[in-house]
Amino acid sequence: MPLPYLPNTDADRNAMLREIGVSSADELFQDVPEEFRNVQFKLPPSLSELELKEELRQLSRQNASLDDYVCFLGAGYYKHFVPSVVGHITSRSEFYTAYTPYQAEVSQGTLQATYEYQSLVCQLTGMEVSNAGMYDGSTAAAEAALMACRITRKNKVAMLSTVNPRYQSVIATYASGQSISLPPVTPDLKGLSSDCACLMVQQPNFFGYFEDLEACAQQARDIGALLIIIVDPISLGMFKPPGDYSADIVIAEGQALGNPLNFGGPGLGIFTCRKEYLRQMPGRIVGRTVDVAGRPGYVLTMATREQHIRRERATSNICTNEALVALAATVYLAVMGKSGLRQVAELCYHKAHYAANAISKLKGYSLVFPQTFFKEFVVRCPVAPRQINQALFKEGIIGGLDLSHTIDNGILFCVTEMNTKKDIDRLVTILGSL
Amino acid sequence: MRHSYLLPNISQPGKIGCSLPILDVTPTELPPKELLRRELELPEVSEVELVRYFTLLSRLNYGVDTGFYPLGSCTMKYNPKWHEVIARFPGFALLHPFQSIDSVQGALQLMLDLQKYLAEITGMNATSLAPMAGAQGELASLLMVKAYHQARVDKVRKKILVPDSAHGTNPATAAMCGFEVSTVPSNGEGNLDLKSLQSMMNERVAALTLTMPTTLGLFDPQITQISQLVHDRGGLLCGDGANLNSLLGKVKFGDLGFDCVQLNLHKTFSTPHGGGGPGSGPVCVKSNLADFLPSPLVAKNNKNYTFSSPAESIGSLGAAYGNFGVMVKAYAYIRSLSAEGLKEVSENAVINANYLKKKLKDYYHLPYDRTCMHEVVFSGKRQKAKGVTTLDIAKRLLDYGFHPPTIYFPLIVEESLMIEPTETESKETLDAFINAMIEIAREAEENPEVLHTAPHNTPVRRLDEATAARKPDLRWKMKGTGC
Repeated sequence: MPLPYLPNTDADRNAMLREIGVSSADELFQDVPEEFRNVQFKLPPSLSELELKEELRQLSRQNASLDDYVCFLGAGYYKHFVPSVVGHITSRSEFYTAYTPYQAEVSQGTLQATYEYQSLVCQLTGMEVSNAGMYDGSTAAAEAALMACRITRKNKVAMLSTVNPRYQSVIATYASGQSISLPPVTPDLKGLSSDCACLMVQQPNFFGYFEDLEACAQQARDIGALLIIIVDPISLGMFKPPGDYSADIVIAEGQALGNPLNFGGPGLGIFTCRKEYLRQMPGRIVGRTVDVAGRPGYVLTMATREQHIRRERATSNICTNEALVALAATVYLAVMGKSGLRQVAELCYHKAHYAANAISKLKGYSLVFPQTFFKEFVVRCPVAPRQINQALFKEGIIGGLDLSHTIDNGILFCVTEMNTKKDIDRLVTILGSL
Repeated sequence: MRHSYLLPNISQPGKIGCSLPILDVTPTELPPKELLRRELELPEVSEVELVRYFTLLSRLNYGVDTGFYPLGSCTMKYNPKWHEVIARFPGFALLHPFQSIDSVQGALQLMLDLQKYLAEITGMNATSLAPMAGAQGELASLLMVKAYHQARVDKVRKKILVPDSAHGTNPATAAMCGFEVSTVPSNGEGNLDLKSLQSMMNERVAALTLTMPTTLGLFDPQITQISQLVHDRGGLLCGDGANLNSLLGKVKFGDLGFDCVQLNLHKTFSTPHGGGGPGSGPVCVKSNLADFLPSPLVAKNNKNYTFSSPAESIGSLGAAYGNFGVMVKAYAYIRSLSAEGLKEVSENAVINANYLKKKLKDYYHLPYDRTCMHEVVFSGKRQKAKGVTTLDIAKRLLDYGFHPPTIYFPLIVEESLMIEPTETESKETLDAFINAMIEIAREAEENPEVLHTAPHNTPVRRLDEATAARKPDLRWKMKGTGC
């Protein structure tokens, strides 16, 4: 069967087999015990590009794409504006068909872009150093917890109950490997003790409102725990960066920075920390240096922390991360720049407050939390959130996250710069009609 | 524009790279000042300058689309372009992970089918697509091993055996899961030393992790004995599927006795590596481990697709469902090739590697002179005797326009050169690479200096890695920032 990805012709193959000194490809598998060779594989028949593209186009149309629906759903994954420049750059195949930049001389594009990424996320978070990225926000948080345990030689990880529950689950998975316990901590910081390696706080928290970070920082200092802050990177366009609250490690999900939602993956785990913890940091790091001719250039550095050198004593097992997503974040931050990111954050802030204000005036609806929020807020509804979301969906709107399992008739709405006044007014009208 | 420029060098106050809508609602009072940021020191760059800057950077890179990329163990095969197009269909790329399950049935159908296809391809009973890279798939495997023994109240199994040829991720993962690590030596043929395994495999061992074919590019013919030995003594056999490319459509991991195997969709299933990710590392298991799989799994009840969590799941590995965008491309790859096509993939990969081996073995030391699978490991020790290192050889290959092979891995081969051509390279390309390697071997004899000083015509020359590590310069700073 001729296949477009296999360039050799039968004549090529036969010439190569002759050169090797065998009569068939199968002879090259002689080390595999015969009973295991050439077994049956039950897979659907192969399709051409034309056929499969059409089939998958139909399949994709069974999904409600955010191209066709207005979205008020967030909870850690956000529909933000992605300038066309971002996709244009990440579609350059010199970037996307490269491997990890092991051969620095022919990988300066990836390396220099990663150095830019590290710089930009440090500028954004107000932290000193960054790695090249982790799988997603939740695994970055889990690795931060493990790192805090290594640094403090303690094995309790404290986090506020207002941290994204999905992050809490992932941290629990990672902690289970190493007998690390996760004591519950209430919002008034009860449950903290001096045997905690870290205090983990999300800002704004899962419910959208701001925590008292000054108090958290003070508590963490008092018990000798590291302060780990999980942030929404877009919020940093207008809100005080976690570096200003003397955070030790700062984590973020970077999807919102120039990446489509992709049903939740790939994402990007932003991981920054204080310089003094550099050698305990997981993941790849790029550094600037010079070549033999004295010209500046970039290399993978601090590799003695990593699995391929340190093996069982490595700071993590991570190798492949999310380089292309980090490239998108780099281009996004550069294209937005100083004024653009602030503008995006302010658009989110004002539109979310406009929406929250209008919804809270509806009969039977109220805001659950009085604190300051950014772009997400919890509403208590007069009817079940499930019913609300069904009604919204019929009108071409993806509603909020149903929180009724923890907050009676609670729903978490998210409003971004993508939502027009018209969208918001329509949302409010539909809610009012239920 | 010079490529020594960085964003701050091309930043000018007042330039903007994007246009955003003006606020269309009544503004709200800003929050208290102490919550607000005083300065946001990000670059200010115009769109055209930005595009030129990143285009320039892309041209300093080498990818599979640029040329031959025989990086051993990394399976740098061609990435079909139409798979990229499919992954960008709005109905796949623009889905929120938490929108209602009835609004994403197509996505779930694709995931369920992919779970099944991967189980079929590996000869396993169940698949979780949750792991986001190979190393996270390994983490899932060893957490399942831990949970499996705990469920059987078999508490003394605290050790993982790892061959000396293994990837660094294997021992690193074992440590992350709280296991001790013991290294099993290889024998003179490059296979696992059975006698050592026999003496090390006891009631304290939870599992043996094994890459098959091994990182030497060799299939260990003792696989049946290894599996039997491990299982007879109560252990599990975990596969590292990094080298699955040589077995596709020919041989099933499950038949070989493996209890679990983690895959790398970004290697074997042709999804692009992105300069270091995103990857995807599904884990496939036999029924004895199925109840421990990471969640979520996709299931079908009547006509509806749903997410489910196995009874004793090790938990979740990410905030959503794994790298869906990567899964779509791997799915397209499997559907476009089917069983027959996958078999041609592995056979062609193996032919290409053996052809390189045959053509180069007179010029480079071949530590294990036997039929190889998808990759071949040479040693540069013949050249080393003349003062030329494997690093020199690799750097000289750059001058010839090729990406070098993996070097200095596996650790058990002195001055190793690990060449993986993959099936997507033509005989013409292989012949050109062979000629370059032969020419370099000649240069090592006659003109070693040209190798010591290589590369000569790359955007930068050899970089000072020692200083980079000793005096880390890991970022730029813009004026006015406090740190």
